[in-house]
Amino acid sequence: MALLQISEPGQTPDPHQRRIAVGIDLGTTHSLVASVRHGVAECLPDAEGRLLLPSAVRYLEGGRRAIGHDALAQQAEDPENTIVSVKRFMGRGLADVANAGKLPYRFVDRPGMLALATREGEKSPVEVSAEILASLRQRAEDSFDADLFGAVITVPAYFDEAQRQATKDAAQLAGLNVLRLISEPTAAAVAYGLDNGSEGLYAVYDLGGGTFDISLLRLSRGVFEVVATGGDAALGGDDVDRALADWALAQAGAAADSARDKRAALVAARRTKEQLTDAPQAEWRCTIEGRELAVPVARAQLDALARPLVDRTLAAVRKVLRDARVARDEVQGVVMVGGATRMPLVRTAVGELFGREVLTNVNPDEVVAIGAAIQANALAGNAKDGELLLLDVIALSLGLETMGGLVERVIERNTTIPVAKAQDFTTFKDGQTAMAIHVVQGERELVSECRSLARFELRGIPPMVAGAARIRVTFQVDADGLLNVSAREQGSGVEASITVKPSYGLGDEQIAQMLKDGFAHAEEDLHLRKLREARVEAERLALATRAALAADGHLLDDDDRAKVQALAEAAERSARSDDADAIEAATKALTQGTETFAAARMNQGIRQALAGRKVEEI
Amino acid sequence: MNLSDDDFTLFGLPPRFALDRAALDQRWRQLQAEVHPDRFAADGAAAQRVAMQWAVRVNEAYQRLKEPLSRGAYLCELRGAAIDAERNTAMPAAFLMQQMAWREALDDAADLAAVERLDAEVLAAERTMQAELQRLLDDAADAPAAAAEVRALMFVRRFRADIERRLETLEAR
Repeated sequence: MALLQISEPGQTPDPHQRRIAVGIDLGTTHSLVASVRHGVAECLPDAEGRLLLPSAVRYLEGGRRAIGHDALAQQAEDPENTIVSVKRFMGRGLADVANAGKLPYRFVDRPGMLALATREGEKSPVEVSAEILASLRQRAEDSFDADLFGAVITVPAYFDEAQRQATKDAAQLAGLNVLRLISEPTAAAVAYGLDNGSEGLYAVYDLGGGTFDISLLRLSRGVFEVVATGGDAALGGDDVDRALADWALAQAGAAADSARDKRAALVAARRTKEQLTDAPQAEWRCTIEGRELAVPVARAQLDALARPLVDRTLAAVRKVLRDARVARDEVQGVVMVGGATRMPLVRTAVGELFGREVLTNVNPDEVVAIGAAIQANALAGNAKDGELLLLDVIALSLGLETMGGLVERVIERNTTIPVAKAQDFTTFKDGQTAMAIHVVQGERELVSECRSLARFELRGIPPMVAGAARIRVTFQVDADGLLNVSAREQGSGVEASITVKPSYGLGDEQIAQMLKDGFAHAEEDLHLRKLREARVEAERLALATRAALAADGHLLDDDDRAKVQALAEAAERSARSDDADAIEAATKALTQGTETFAAARMNQGIRQALAGRKVEEI
Repeated sequence: MNLSDDDFTLFGLPPRFALDRAALDQRWRQLQAEVHPDRFAADGAAAQRVAMQWAVRVNEAYQRLKEPLSRGAYLCELRGAAIDAERNTAMPAAFLMQQMAWREALDDAADLAAVERLDAEVLAAERTMQAELQRLLDDAADAPAAAAEVRALMFVRRFRADIERRLETLEAR
């Protein structure tokens, strides 16, 4: 039985004493959800006690879906309607997908992001991912028998803007309040570092089903600072399966042409690969075109097939070491994450590169979700103050197209986020009144070799001679790694801005409709949900304001203090009403009314930090 | 404490080129621990906005102070000597000759080892120039001469970026 909690004298007890917050690892092959319970982070099992949810969605007749194990059960019979490894398609167009012809899907080419044709219609990867996330959300809510406060979702460090935004959209579609997107290797480092009390420089080598990340982190008293990161957003264990399937088919003199055969060959390859982790010898067994095939595979053969892929990861590791200006022997430990790091070849090759045994004392499947849960718990305000801080970086440089199709980099890769940077540009022609702004991501010099993120126009520039206008373009990347770009002509004040968002054929209205009748809020009245959320938000903010007044009220004069007090009371009063709009208005008024107070408190905090003193000593 | 305070004041460090890197790193972590938006995740939109502004400002200052080149340029600007690299392209003849020799060496370098040798040579030259920059700023208090040294260092930085790209292509093979 849980013990009753008694708050310290003089401290305001929190009315929502523990907010349920979860960490979700949305993986290529498997997904997991974890949460901190009784001070311990653990993965949450499904009703059958299984932790891993296969990232698979099968669309059935009549609008029904099967998720996870149930979807996989029939995948060989129904490959076109059974979507696996959908993460590889997030934020990607058809042209971005290598080997599309070898995959058993009916792809639909759409600008921005491809879609998959199923018996239930065309599905965007965002929708498919949302099904998986909604299933994990349900699992968490069943575990706690309560609503979730929010979730931290992990993404590969090497995910670009479009892929991150798509992930966030999928979470919102699944009815999750996204507290933060964090990088998978960073999450793994949190779980590993806190568990082992590690300090110093660590590398996290994360080879999953479809993505590869390498991150260098400095761990120091609860601060996890990413020094440099790199990788490949389209390289993983799936590629090994494909190489092995191709080789085995060639050995058997067979070809997998139908969707069903393609899937069967890949499933058999994965099984063989997994057997070769412990055994020196295994057999690839598969039924193709009704023929039963069996090809013996030695581990050395698998190693030879995987070697080129592993070498690509090693090149990325070397690049990250160079970016960080760090020698191999300065790295104190190499943490292995992701199911594909179970392959003996990977462990040996990475160990050789760093000249040390790699650390495999974490569960490579679970560690990312566990780290995300720890961060979610901290963001929800459940953890003790000052326990944990993640300082992440952007993995890919951001820039603008300039004359001649060249890239002008505005924010370099491995810059710590949040970050904002401004660059001034000018007009090229006399009397030019508009400027096209093309935002790109990548390390190459030519725009055509980078990923195009967004285009927008700044119009209404007053006519001037060429070179006279001063257009300041500002890039802002928030703590989720998401980009916002704005442009402003300094003389006239004309402005334009854009939040980078991949298009995937769904308008805001469609999303609202899907949320309404969709899987996320099946039995819930949207109006009631809105009212409840508004109340929680108002109470939360009023409470935070009261706590702030109690701690730092002396920063305000009597007048201002009374005003803030009155606004907080008004918010609390309105939270007892049934009018969601009025409650939101009161919350907004309180937010605006506390802006100066927030700034003053921040100032005080900084002064104290500089003085090197802790709050309790003052 | 203000968003518009200069980087050195913000970090509580003396406005000099010579830098205690450990102290800078430690201050940065302390400041981020105070201002990072994650610290205010439950405190509402006003606190989030303020936190975002400060976290961005602290990171900007950290980036600038961390790199010798940007730190040097910043000190010159603080002391009234503009860098203005676009209009100020005049360089001593000897320096330009050295640049050309390096560029040729990079073009001729056939393998990884040759490029790495060149990289080490250029790095050593960069360190010598940084030492000179430190003398000009911290001892001689000669900001205009320091600004000229910064402009020369910008050339070297660009060249090292070219070397790095070359190393990457060679290693990718």
